[in-house]
Amino acid sequence: MLQVKNVTMRFGGLLAISDASLDVRQGSITGLIGPNGAGKTTLFAVIAGFLRPTQGQIALFDKDITGEEPHRRAASGIARTFQIVQPFAGLNVQENITVGAYLRHTKPADAVEKAREVARQVGLEKDLDKSASSLTVAGRKRLELARALATEPKILLLDEVLAGLNPSEIRDIIPVIRSIRDSGVTILMIEHVMQAVMNLCEHVYVLAQGKMIAEGTPAAVCNDQAVIEAYLGKGSAERLARQSQGENHA
Amino acid sequence: MMRGYFWIIVITLLIAATPLLTSSNTFFNFTVVVLIIALAAQGWNLLGGIGGQTSFGHAMFFGIGAYTASMLQTHLGVNAWIALIAAIAAGSLAGLIVGFLSFRAGLRGSYFALVTLAFAELLRVLANASEWTGGASGLLLKLEPSLANMQFSSRPTFMLLALAFVFISLVITQHIVNSRFGAHLVAVRENEDAAKALGVDVLTVKLKAISLSGAMTAAAGVLYVQYFLYIDAAIAFGIWISIEALLAPMVGGRGRVLGPLIGAFTLHGLGEITKSFAGRVPGIDLMVFAVVLIIVIAFASAGILGLLKKLSDRFAAKGGA
Amino acid sequence: MFSPIIIIEAMINGLLTGAIYALVALGLTLVYGVLHIINFAHGATLAAAMFAVWGLNAGFGIDPYVAIVIVTPVFFALGYGLQRFVIGPAAHGDDGNILLITLGLSILIENALLASFGSDTRSIPSDFAFSVVEAGPFLLSSAKLVGAVGSLVVAILFWLLMTRTDTGKAIRAVAREKLGARLVGINVGHVYAVTFGLGCAALGVAACLLMPTFYVNPRIGGAFVNIAFTVVVLGGMGSVPGAVAGGLIIGVVESVSGLLLGESLGQIGIFIIFILVLLLRPTGLFGARV
Ligand SMILES: Nc1ncnc2c1ncn2[C@@H]1O[C@H](COP(=O)(O)OP(=O)(O)O)[C@@H](O)[C@H]1O
Ligand SMILES: [Mg+2]
Repeated sequence: MLQVKNVTMRFGGLLAISDASLDVRQGSITGLIGPNGAGKTTLFAVIAGFLRPTQGQIALFDKDITGEEPHRRAASGIARTFQIVQPFAGLNVQENITVGAYLRHTKPADAVEKAREVARQVGLEKDLDKSASSLTVAGRKRLELARALATEPKILLLDEVLAGLNPSEIRDIIPVIRSIRDSGVTILMIEHVMQAVMNLCEHVYVLAQGKMIAEGTPAAVCNDQAVIEAYLGKGSAERLARQSQGENHA
Repeated sequence: MMRGYFWIIVITLLIAATPLLTSSNTFFNFTVVVLIIALAAQGWNLLGGIGGQTSFGHAMFFGIGAYTASMLQTHLGVNAWIALIAAIAAGSLAGLIVGFLSFRAGLRGSYFALVTLAFAELLRVLANASEWTGGASGLLLKLEPSLANMQFSSRPTFMLLALAFVFISLVITQHIVNSRFGAHLVAVRENEDAAKALGVDVLTVKLKAISLSGAMTAAAGVLYVQYFLYIDAAIAFGIWISIEALLAPMVGGRGRVLGPLIGAFTLHGLGEITKSFAGRVPGIDLMVFAVVLIIVIAFASAGILGLLKKLSDRFAAKGGA
Repeated sequence: MFSPIIIIEAMINGLLTGAIYALVALGLTLVYGVLHIINFAHGATLAAAMFAVWGLNAGFGIDPYVAIVIVTPVFFALGYGLQRFVIGPAAHGDDGNILLITLGLSILIENALLASFGSDTRSIPSDFAFSVVEAGPFLLSSAKLVGAVGSLVVAILFWLLMTRTDTGKAIRAVAREKLGARLVGINVGHVYAVTFGLGCAALGVAACLLMPTFYVNPRIGGAFVNIAFTVVVLGGMGSVPGAVAGGLIIGVVESVSGLLLGESLGQIGIFIIFILVLLLRPTGLFGARV
């Protein structure tokens, strides 16, 4: 349903993304992984319309949306979360989520109703009256998720929503993400927590230094030579292979 | 949906009842000025308080309102009420133009404040030089009290007229705060990127806000000429009204519906008290305003209404426990 | 139309006034470059400095040029104290608050001057104000010439201070990376206050150079603040060379448009430049940082 076609993004002299393509199948949870500085967040910004790509196109349901403003894309069903959370700090949790809900509900009462429903879905129902700035890291991540979800998106872009959470918080939020997909929302997620990627994603893309270097099932991608080298440095795949061969011999 | 309207009605009724208690012209003069400022300040509050786009140049809307109304009446003999509508439309249009130019250029924060100030100053210089505006000697409206001319020889009557304007502005603002547009405006104030990601059309929201804001402040300018029957460039486009329009919501509570009215009463009340102590020292009331502004920012950035809310929350928490 | 001689003379006069505008704008741009705030009280502070120069002359017969050694350190201390004890603590680190606080300070200073000195316009009577230097076909005011040269000297001193001294290095470090500067042991609050003090000190010098040819009243700050903002926006917020270039340009524009459009409409040129630069090129013509 979402296609990134040969996108290149330059910041002055810096080539952040170079000729990257990806394809998200409707109803899937697709992963986007890669080392820090690979250009993943930049690619999300391009998909959501916050940045105009230097080259390439973005298509949603086969319609070219490369020139559309971010709010138009949100209306057509793309919602994003921010890696660095961007709460409306002066508002409480319910008001934060309601802003998202207003995208599809004009009446205040309906929007508030929707916001409460989403809050229940992500486990924020007890914090509705709390100020957004008083939330814990985990709470803020949930809020980021809830606001995006309240726009009733067709595709949800999650940028490292698990980063900064402890293992038990991660365990709590994984079923939430799966239930969002099960409710019919397609998900594209950037994630460093490999356990979650293995657990959730059907298909994974790997971005390194702005280039899409591999794609496939999580298991296949993890054994890909190019991917291992991208993460651990040049020649490391060979070293690892030799090591495991040695172990096999023993 | 009654949320917020209760206090608007109570306060309006209280002010409307004052002619039953006093017949002091000093009091009515004071109240008329405060109400005119509260109306101008409500315009500022919509854009600056709720929408977070601080303007230093709301004089431009005040002046456009004042001059449109007086030029239409003196040069073309247009009826005062029709001139009022034209003036409000002119303020709204000016807001759209200035907003389109500066928001399209991405101006925010201090830059937006400075460009609004520059527009106001530009208009002041032009109004001071142009023949249409009466140049440096200004424009006089002919004294002809009648309902059709929107002039009243009785001060309490004019006060009620000004109060009606303020009441309408309060209801409009409250309605906005309760609505989707209000939520979008607050979202733009708090975080533009997050708002965009949630489908808020940031530019359109800002433009709507600045055109409504310009309309309200222009209406205040009209009230001013209808009351004093005189306008010149230094009054209409002078920095004094830009500052008054900003100070009242800051002190009363920026972004709160009743903030401008409460702030205007408090500031001018303090000003009168100071004047009665300090006698005829020029500028003493403005010095008090400035000190109050700095104190509010340092110790109570949510203004008087913010303080009251904090107190009542604390009280409620104690009562509940 | 005007003869070329008159227009060129207006341009030269504009350059001379523009040099002083540059000096006035220097403090504003410095404070913006480091603190990232717009000091709205800049014009009112200049008015206060001009009253100080006038007072020293009227009360003690001190020559304005001699007053430099008194007014400059006093205004440095004043600026230091204002930032350290009023603006810094009251703003809670919010840029919008700083803008509003400096607005409050400007109202306070302006009206304190009004309360103390009344609204009369005052100037320092001296023969020097009328002495002229002949340069070819042009007659140039000696006092303006001294003011312009003095301003440029001070601008160069500022530039040396910023680029060659430890204080300047600390200021630039804070301007670039507040947190980093704090980590390497720079006292950020102190550096902020020093910067603000330097900005006010520049105003002190400017006041001494202005007073022999100019007049002062409590509202004079408003006129200067408009000019100084335009200069700073034109030259690029935070750029010292930009402030000098911007000052000279604005001086010429004001002088020539005053000649062509008359005194009252002459100011329009400045506002139009200001608005156009902000709308079209908000980084300024020379968009560099300190
Ligand atoms: N607005 C920008 N201007 C200049 N460079 C940027 C900008 N945004 C990102 N970059 C650069 O692009 C590269 C990719 O960054 P990012 O997309 O955040 O990586 P990731 O999310 O994969 O860690 C980095 O080198 C970053 O510094
Ligand atoms: Mg990232």
